[in-house]
Amino acid sequence: MLRTPAVKVEHLTKRYGTVTAVDDVSFEIARGSCVGLLGGNGAGKTTTIAMIMGLLLPSAGRIEVLDEDMLAHRFRVLPRINFSSPYMELPHRLTVAENLRIYAELYEVAEPKKRIAELAETLDLVPLLTRPAGRLSAGQKTRVGLAKSLLNDPEFLALDEPTASLDPDTADRIRGYLESYRSDSGGSILLASHNMAEVERLCDEVLMMRSGSIVDRGAPADLIARYGRKNLEEVFLDIARTPGGANALPAQAAQ
Amino acid sequence: MSARANPHAFSARRIYAMVLRYWYLLRGSWPRLVELMYWPTIQMIMWGFITLHLRDTSSWVADAAGVLLTGVLLWDILFRGQLGYTLSFLEELYSRNLGQLFVSPLRPMEMVVALMTISLLRTLIGILPAALLAIPLFAWNVFTIGLPLITFFFMLLVTGWAVGMAVTAMLLRVGLGGESLAWFVIFLLIPVSAVYYPVDVLPVWLQWIAFALPPVYVFEGMRAVLFDGVFRWDYFAAALTLNGVLLALGAAAFLWSFQVARRRGFLLQGGE
Repeated sequence: MLRTPAVKVEHLTKRYGTVTAVDDVSFEIARGSCVGLLGGNGAGKTTTIAMIMGLLLPSAGRIEVLDEDMLAHRFRVLPRINFSSPYMELPHRLTVAENLRIYAELYEVAEPKKRIAELAETLDLVPLLTRPAGRLSAGQKTRVGLAKSLLNDPEFLALDEPTASLDPDTADRIRGYLESYRSDSGGSILLASHNMAEVERLCDEVLMMRSGSIVDRGAPADLIARYGRKNLEEVFLDIARTPGGANALPAQAAQ
Repeated sequence: MSARANPHAFSARRIYAMVLRYWYLLRGSWPRLVELMYWPTIQMIMWGFITLHLRDTSSWVADAAGVLLTGVLLWDILFRGQLGYTLSFLEELYSRNLGQLFVSPLRPMEMVVALMTISLLRTLIGILPAALLAIPLFAWNVFTIGLPLITFFFMLLVTGWAVGMAVTAMLLRVGLGGESLAWFVIFLLIPVSAVYYPVDVLPVWLQWIAFALPPVYVFEGMRAVLFDGVFRWDYFAAALTLNGVLLALGAAAFLWSFQVARRRGFLLQGGE
């Protein structure tokens, strides 16, 4: 039997008045795969993720997540997916354990205490459980956010810059957790990131966004070869700095 | 993947989760708990002394012991009911938590029910000490009103929730810039609610407005009990009907604002 994609986005558009934040974007995320969403600041990555997660209503287009129409039936899907972003913090005055407990209840996790203990163990959060969320370092907050996003054992996980402002050691550990999540659960990931090495390591496919549009896409190795560059960062710079988009790139890139 | 609950149902567990969230916040701060009790108690003490003074000079006050004290306690139910609802919602704006909440399966109406529940808890915590303290301080036991007191309590609480829903709908449009709405909107009702005076004191045109709102039936009903020993079922029915209308309007306003917030990206920004 043919497996449907975890996420299917068709002609997704978001306009704020005369400003078009996301412009006719279409892509799919295969089950069990990790897709990277790359682009400079204001490229439309966060807006795209917010629409997929149901936080933001699109101006046009269609979103299917786990075979459900996200615009019509998001409450059928939301218990099966999750989201983490360092830009959306958890309530500061509540302890880590209290925050995780609340979200475990919101996701109606079968055995909340057991699940929180498992995640606390896996993500090294045990010593932090009694601390207020507002008193954690950036790396600790990211790990707590990740624990929150794994509470419901999601089939699809959207991550907005999960390692932003983390030291290399912590960032590497977070990437390790994400690899474990994928291999253990078979879940799919949409990863928005500015860290090209991270995307090369984790993603099967990359979507390059600029000014709200997808200007190129492909497997990281394919993109690097196609642009004749040494790594994804150089590809990113080519796309970001080329007026007129990927169509205006040097000859080897177009081949 | 783990077994999952029915995603179509309105979930008591998610409502419990949100009540837990506000309860954790409340119990984690003793100044908040003290503040809840502080103002109703101070108000009660002040109106208790005014009652003592007026009892000797006003036959109206003398005829019904505790009419002013009961008025102030009931007004606080309306005020605290609204405030408990709105301030709990404001906590989500302060902590920029709306985005996290609404990528979870939480439905807007589940949040509304959780806000009502925590408002009820906050109101009880705030009002009960003042009501109990009035017994030794001013020899006035509001609980002697009996069953009618329960109807007055819930009618005023529901009005507070309806106003709270309208205020949170506005907060979803204007963000924390509209924070002060939580404190002053409810006071628009006080002149026309006839809290401390009979409604016929108002000019006729203002009486029309008063009779279109539920609180006036509660306060007139309170005076009917205290002066005549009669529970006015007609007032109760009017308050119940109007509260039903207000609650429906408040819920519609909140849900409409929520959709606008989703269209404008407010849930993503979550605050200013």
